[in-house]
Parts: sequence; structure tokens; C-alpha cells
Amino acid sequence: MSVIEAPPNMTLVSPRKARPEIVQEPIDASGIGEVQRQLGLWERLSNNDAARRVVILIAFIIAWELYARWADSPLLFPTFTETAHAFWEDLRNGTLLDRTLTSLRPLALGYMGGLALAAILTTIAVLSRIGADVLSAFTAMFNPLPAIAILPLSLMWFGLGTPSIVFVIVHSVLWAVALNTLTGFRGVPETLRLSGRNYGLRGIRYVGYVLVPAAFPAILAGLKIGWAFAWRTLVAAELVFGVSSRSGGLGWYVFEARAELDTPKVFAGLFSVILIGLLVESVIFRAIEYRTVQRWGMQN
Amino acid sequence: MGVAVEEHAGCGERNVSAVADELVQVRDVTLQYKTPQHLVTATYKVSCTVDRGDRYVILGPSGCGKSTLLKAVGGFIRPVSGRITVSGREVVAPGPDRMMVFQEFEQLMPWKTVRENIRFPMWATGKFRRQDAETRVEQAIAKVNLTRFADVYPHMLSGGMKMRVAIARAMALEPDVLLMDEPFAALDALTRRQMQEELLALWEQLRFTMLFVTHSIEEAIVVGSRILILSPHPGRVRAELDAGSLSYADVDSPEFGTLSKRIHELLFETAGSPGKPACQ
Repeated sequence: MSVIEAPPNMTLVSPRKARPEIVQEPIDASGIGEVQRQLGLWERLSNNDAARRVVILIAFIIAWELYARWADSPLLFPTFTETAHAFWEDLRNGTLLDRTLTSLRPLALGYMGGLALAAILTTIAVLSRIGADVLSAFTAMFNPLPAIAILPLSLMWFGLGTPSIVFVIVHSVLWAVALNTLTGFRGVPETLRLSGRNYGLRGIRYVGYVLVPAAFPAILAGLKIGWAFAWRTLVAAELVFGVSSRSGGLGWYVFEARAELDTPKVFAGLFSVILIGLLVESVIFRAIEYRTVQRWGMQN
Repeated sequence: MGVAVEEHAGCGERNVSAVADELVQVRDVTLQYKTPQHLVTATYKVSCTVDRGDRYVILGPSGCGKSTLLKAVGGFIRPVSGRITVSGREVVAPGPDRMMVFQEFEQLMPWKTVRENIRFPMWATGKFRRQDAETRVEQAIAKVNLTRFADVYPHMLSGGMKMRVAIARAMALEPDVLLMDEPFAALDALTRRQMQEELLALWEQLRFTMLFVTHSIEEAIVVGSRILILSPHPGRVRAELDAGSLSYADVDSPEFGTLSKRIHELLFETAGSPGKPACQ
């Protein structure tokens, strides 16, 4: 290209002109003024994730309110203000808090149980080939099985009550977490494994000190997925047989409100479910993420 | 760093007593490893002896099994036949008496700071008492000039710095032998040269024993005091040469050129090899 654009008086074989060498001190740069300048307020705000999300949320609420007023059927589609009011009322008289706490207990039990089982199974799987084969086969079979589908079975085995719900939650958490953890373990760089073994680490110590932290991004992803599965399963299970225990959880709260045709309360219940999900995701998991994988440079 | 090393350095430049100085012995070692499809013979009947204080370089084209040989000394691979001993004990498993430095930067634990990375193996092996370990960690960090970065996580370091951490980590444990698997191959040319010089300066200070794998003739001559040349597919001993103490300052000297040429010939005009030498 440069040949084509070259001026006609220049031939390709022209002898190279002697060019002087240049060595100099860098020129004075103080004339530029500021080398670093803060961006404007607007630009900084639009670069802030939280700010952008708040704007989207507000727009959504306005749209909701406008549509609900226009549709004017409080029974099917209450306005935002009605929902907020119902939510605030039940929050103040303690009903919602009570229901949430009732939900959280089997949730915590099931989640912890699922994690413990997943930890044991993946440890065995990573230390022996048979264990890996067994776990692979089990996750392949059970991971696609919706937890709610084994609820009838669980009811037969454990009767109505917390144990059946815990069992279903364990099922929903276990396979997702185990699958992610195992994938994470398999992705640990070879050199990191070798240097771990170089220190004479073996068995549980090798898993705990080398594999788990090295695979932590994948494990954390598994924990998040497991949490979402557990929460969904719980609410769904409560909707199916919330009556059983004396005080129902959030799922039962929604079910009850529907029976009373109190649609704002249905919305308020769903809103609580979303809120708790968000809270765990954006407070607890976010904090873990920030203190671990982000600080270690394993995730941006 | 340790008393033994200082004594050793103190008693003169060349300590040429015989058997007592033989640290690593490799006798007729044949190594094989499996890929999902093949059983590959990496080295065939390789024998060599590394003396205490050697900078022993294993040189060869890719596919000559030099890394596999180093891993076998590290205890990660068991020989199919033959014997490897370090300080008279047969190598059966990985251990902190043979610390390995790898080429890849991932060998550092990303979840530990520089100081924690160096401290962890001391703690995991239980080789040193706590107080002792702390001072050793600080000394090791100072030796590789990373004091300012002691509390930084590895992902914030440059490639050369990461390599220095890996070297400090290995040396802080005072292994019998330091196993280096192409440690500078992933660095840029300028950093590589600087690291080679720093490594040699450390060796001048501490006189440790190292086994160093490389595929660069120049690096072999500069870093090594003795060079083992392997022929490829499978790796067999082609020659074992003395590299003396040639450094980058001698690159233009006739000795450097002669040695380099000789190695080149040994590597690429392999008589009696069944196949052609692999690509570099």
C-alpha cells in the first residue's frame, strides 16, 4: 500500500538516506496541565451499577402503578401503593417477619445439610476414581430431577412437617453444589496441584488447603445456585402443603392470602420472597465474593 | 542460609571429594507416562549424577523427556525401571526435600499473599518451628528483593516477581535440591536475563544444589555448571559436559562460542536416532 502511495519520484531501489540518530532528554511535560482529572458527576453516576439499577427499578415501579390504575381491577392486579401498604402493615404487625423466620429454619437446615453432604461426596470423588464415577452418575441422574417432584415421596417417608421439607431442600442443594465443586476441582491448574503435593499434602489436607481455595470461584457459584434452588424449593413446598405445621412460612402466607382473595397480600408475600433472595445474594454472597475471589484476583 | 551451607561455602571454592558429594543419583531410569490413547516412553535408561552444589542443567529439544525426568526426581512419577536416590534415599513420593519451581505462574496460591505463600509450605511440612519459620520467611523475601511486596496478592505482581516468589518459597524450605522446570521460559527476554543473573547471584551466596531444565542452549551455558544433553524420542543421554562458569559477559568469547556450537551439534546431529529430532 505504501508503495502505491509513494511519490512517483521515489524508486524502490533508491539507496537509503543516512539518517541521524536521535538521543535526547524527554521534553518538559509540565505544559499539559493536569495529568489526571476527575470525571464529571453525571459520567461517574452512569458508571455506577447501583445507580443505574435504582433508576431502572423506579421506572418499573412507575410503570406498574400507572398500568394498575389504568386497568383498575384491584382483585387481579393491585397497584404498587396498595401492595406496599399491605407489605408495610404485615411487616409492622410482625406477621411477615414471623412467616419468614418459620421459612428460614428448614431452609438453613436443608442448605447446611446439602452442603455437608456435597463436601463429603466431592472429597471422596476427588480422592478416588470410583468415587468420581459414582458422583458423576448420581449428579447426572438427580440434578435434572426437580426437587418438588420428590415431595410426595418425601411426605411418605418423613410425614408432614419439617423433616420432609428439609429432605427436599437437601436434594435440591446437594447435586447443584456437588456438580459445581467437582467441576471446580477438575479445573485446578496442574502446577498448583503438583506444588501442593510437593509439600507432602495428601488426602483431606490436600483437598482443604489446595483444591478448595483454588476452586473457590466455582464453589461459590455452586453455593449461589444451591441457595436459589433451596429457596425456590422451600416456597414451592410450602405452597403445596403449608397447612401441616402450626405456623406456615412465606409460601403458606401467599397461599392463605390467595384463599382470602387478598391480592395485595399475595403480591406482598411474593415481594418478600424476592427481597430475601436479593438480600442473601447481594449482601451475603457479595461480601464473600469481595473478600475472597475478588481480592485474590480470581474474578474481576 | 543454613549453617551447613555456609560451612560448605567457607571451606573453599571446589570441594572435589568423591562419593560423599553425590547428592542425586539417577541410574538407568526409564520413564513412561500414559495419555488417554498412548503409552509414551519419555526417557530410556538415563543415568546421571548431580553433586552437591552443582548447577546441573538438563538440556534437550521438546519431547526428550527432560521435564518428565525432573518430575521423576521430584517424586511425581515412578520410574518403570531404574532407581533415583537423593541423599542416599530412594525417591518414592513428592517431598519438601526436593522443592520444585515450575514455569507456570499459577504455581503460586492466588489466595495467599507473597508472605503467606512462602510461609505456607513451612507450616504444612512442619519442618521449622514457628519462630524460626517467621525469620526464614522474612529472610527469603529479602533475598529476592520483595520486601515491599510481602503483603500483596500474586495477581498484582509481574511475571518476574511471581517467579521470584516461587524461588524464594522453594529456597526458604532449604531443600536438598532445587528442581527448576524451565522456570524462566514464560518471561520476556529482558526479565529472563535479569532473573538468570539474580539466580546465579543467589547461588554464589548460598551454594545450593539445583537441577535446571531448559531448551535454550544459551541459558544452559549461562546458568549451568554441568550440562546433560538428552536426545529426543525417547530421551537418552547424549552427552554430559562441563559448562564451567561462563556468563553473559562471555557471550562473545571463543569458549562460549565453541561450547555453544558443540552443544548445537550434539543436539541436532544425533547419530543413531531412530527418528528425526523433533521441532524445537
